[in-house]
Amino acid sequence: MLETTIFYISAAVALAATILAMTRTNAIHALIYLIVSLLAIAVIFFVVGAPFAAALEVVIYAGAIMVLFVFVIMMLNLGEEGDARERKWLEPSIWIGPATLSVVLLIELIFLIGSVEGQVSQGVVSAKMVGISLFGPYVLAVELASMLLLAGMVGAFHLGRRLLEKRA
Amino acid sequence: MNELAVPLNHLLFLSGLLFSIGMLGVMIRRNIIFILMSIEVMLNACALAFVGAGAHWGQPDGQVMYVMILSIAAAEVAVGLGLVLQIQRRFKTLDMDQANRMRG
Repeated sequence: MLETTIFYISAAVALAATILAMTRTNAIHALIYLIVSLLAIAVIFFVVGAPFAAALEVVIYAGAIMVLFVFVIMMLNLGEEGDARERKWLEPSIWIGPATLSVVLLIELIFLIGSVEGQVSQGVVSAKMVGISLFGPYVLAVELASMLLLAGMVGAFHLGRRLLEKRA
Repeated sequence: MNELAVPLNHLLFLSGLLFSIGMLGVMIRRNIIFILMSIEVMLNACALAFVGAGAHWGQPDGQVMYVMILSIAAAEVAVGLGLVLQIQRRFKTLDMDQANRMRG
């Protein structure tokens, strides 16, 4: 019973924080709402019995990735005029068409998901089980992830290096 | 498994709603920083669906896919933010409609 209540409260927090993050004009404010949303999802992971995923959500998503965003926004130095420009760009006339059509698709999706039966089990899938699976049948996926991260690192280094050379 | 547990379809509702909010964010924003944030929201909604399904079956595969999504998100954000810095330097704006030409 307690878990169910916590799930619904954090689901409401996640939805509200995400909507607020998407509609802010100030990038840092949006980022802070996004961090709240990620923390709420970490609570949901914990409640449904995935403590390893919850820890990764806090450490990597809300920690590392969001700090990267904060650094870049600080480097860009957007300021007050960026705020006003964002407000001008958020006119309803531009996005009302695609938004309506995608809401129709969302309603269809919810209608289809509504027929899914079953519950999220109360058992905990521990980090040990995840590790055994990760380095057993999924070892090729780990290799692919390492290659992807290497490619991402090389790409980010390449893009950032040219920026630094031109400035020097 | 008792009847007070969280129903799987409510978790999938939450995942679908978060995904559509992220997709709306991609469509309504013109600032590339906000577009990247919306893509993060969408990836996170997918991860929520994976972890919820993994918890439903009591198998670790959902969390394995979550780790994969996490590494994809990290790589995407690193390259994306590098591109943001280049776009800001080259076009002096973050408006994506200004940066729609191949040979800037």
